[in-house]
Amino acid sequence: MTWKHFFGTAIGRKFTMGATGFFLITFLIVHCAINAMIFFNDGGETFNHWAKFMGTNLILHVLEVGLFVFLLLHIVQGIMVVIKNKAARPVGYAMSRPNRNSTWYSRSMGLLGTLILLFLVVHLYHFWVPSRFGGLGNITPLEETQLFTYSNEEAHNLFQRMQMVFRGNLAPVVIYVLGVISLFWHLLHGFQSAFQTFGLNHKRYTPIIKSAGFVYSLVICLLFASMPIAMYFDWVK
Amino acid sequence: MEHYHMNLTLKVWRQKDSKAKGNLETYQVKDVSSEMSILEVFDVLNESLINDGKEPIAFDHDCREGICGACSMYINGQPHGPWAKTTTCQLHMRAFKDGDTIVVEPWRSRAFPVIKDLVVDRSAFDRIIQAGGYISVNTGNAVDANSIPVDKRYADAAFDAAACIGCGACVAACKNGSAMLFVGAKVSQLALLPQGEPERETRALNMVAQMDKEGFGSCSNTYACEAECPKGISVAYIAKLNSEYLHAGLNDSDS
Repeated sequence: MTWKHFFGTAIGRKFTMGATGFFLITFLIVHCAINAMIFFNDGGETFNHWAKFMGTNLILHVLEVGLFVFLLLHIVQGIMVVIKNKAARPVGYAMSRPNRNSTWYSRSMGLLGTLILLFLVVHLYHFWVPSRFGGLGNITPLEETQLFTYSNEEAHNLFQRMQMVFRGNLAPVVIYVLGVISLFWHLLHGFQSAFQTFGLNHKRYTPIIKSAGFVYSLVICLLFASMPIAMYFDWVK
Repeated sequence: MEHYHMNLTLKVWRQKDSKAKGNLETYQVKDVSSEMSILEVFDVLNESLINDGKEPIAFDHDCREGICGACSMYINGQPHGPWAKTTTCQLHMRAFKDGDTIVVEPWRSRAFPVIKDLVVDRSAFDRIIQAGGYISVNTGNAVDANSIPVDKRYADAAFDAAACIGCGACVAACKNGSAMLFVGAKVSQLALLPQGEPERETRALNMVAQMDKEGFGSCSNTYACEAECPKGISVAYIAKLNSEYLHAGLNDSDS
C-alpha cells in the first residue's frame, strides 16, 4: 500500500483532515494566548514583545511554513471530501428531516469552513501581510509609527495595527465576530470528530473529549471575539 | 393503546425502471387501521391498484419481523420512518394520525441505484462482504465450540456489531451517502474475535477499497447513521474501523 493509496481512501482522506485539524487546534491556542496579552493594558508592550518573538524566531518560521502547508492541505482535502461526498448522492430526497438524527453544525463543516476561509483572507490582509511584507497592501499614513524598537531591533507594532483596524471601525469588527462564530461551530464538531477519525471512541473518554472540545471552542472563540470588540470601544490602551 | 382508523394521503416515488426519471405520485388510502404495518398499507394500496388495472408499487420486503433488512423505505424524511430502532415492516400505523400525508421515497445513493419505484439495488453491500467480510476455514468436522476461549466482553461487542442486518439505512440517512457504519460493524465483528484475527488486516483494507469502489462517501461524523440504525449499531464501530484501517495501512508491507 503506497502513501498515496493510504491517504486516498475514504478513511485516509479523513486522516488528513483530522491530523491537520489537530495541528490547527494547537496553533489556535498559541495564537489566542499571545493575542490575549493585549489585555495587560500596557500599550501592547507584552503583546508586541511576543509577536516579535513569533515573527523572528527561526523555529517558528519553520512552523509558520508548516502552518500554511497544513492549512492548505486542510482546505484542499476538505473541498475534495465535500465534492466526493456530494457525488455519493446524485439524486436527493424530496423530503428530508436531518435535524432528527444529527446537529446542523456537524452537517455544515464545508460551509463553516468556507466562511472561515473568507474571514481568513481579510484577516491575513489586515495583519499577516503588513507584518511580513511591510508596505504591501493598503497601509494608511500611520505606517511610519508602525515600527517600534525592541532590543535595538526594529519590529512591527502589531498592537497599533490592531487599534488602527478596529478602533471605531464597525465593519471589520462585525466581520471578525462573524468569522469567530463560524470558527466556534466548526471547532465544536471538528475537535471531537478528529478523535473519532483516529479511532478513539470510548464510553469513558469520549464524553471527556466532547466536554473538552466544548470548553476549548468556547474559551478560544470568546477570547478571539473580545479582542476586536475591546479595540473598537478603546477598552485596551 | 386504542385501536383507530384513519384516512391518509400517500406520496410515493414511482419510477418505471432504472433509466426512467420518476416522480412522486399521490394516493388516497381510506380506513387504515392503526394496527397495520406500513407495508400492509402498501399491500392494500397495491391490491386496489391491481383491481383498477394499474401497475402496483414495487417495494422490498421479506421477513416482516424486523430481522432481514430487506424493507427499505425513506418515510417522511427518515429511513424506516419516525420510530427509533425500527425497520419499515415494524413501523405500525399508530405512528400516524387521521389526515396525515406520508411521503415515501427509495434510499438515495449512487451506490444503491433505483431498480423500480421503491426498490434499490443493494448488491454493493454484498460485494463489500465478498471483499473480506468472512473468515476462511478448512471444511471438515465442526470444532468444539469451547476450544477457542473468547473474552465475554469481546464476545458481547462482536455480537452487538453482528446485529447489523445490512438494510442500508445508514447510507440512506448519511448526508455523504457513507457506508462506514455498515463496514464498521462488519469489520469489527470479526476483528474482535480470534477466528477473525488471521485475516484482520487484509480484511479492513480490502473492504474499505471495495467501499470506495462502489461510490460511497466519506464519514464526516454527523452520527445520523447511528440515530437511524434499526439495530442501534454504535458509531464506536466506525472508530474501530478507522483504527483497524490505520493499523493495517501502516503495517502493510506491499509498497
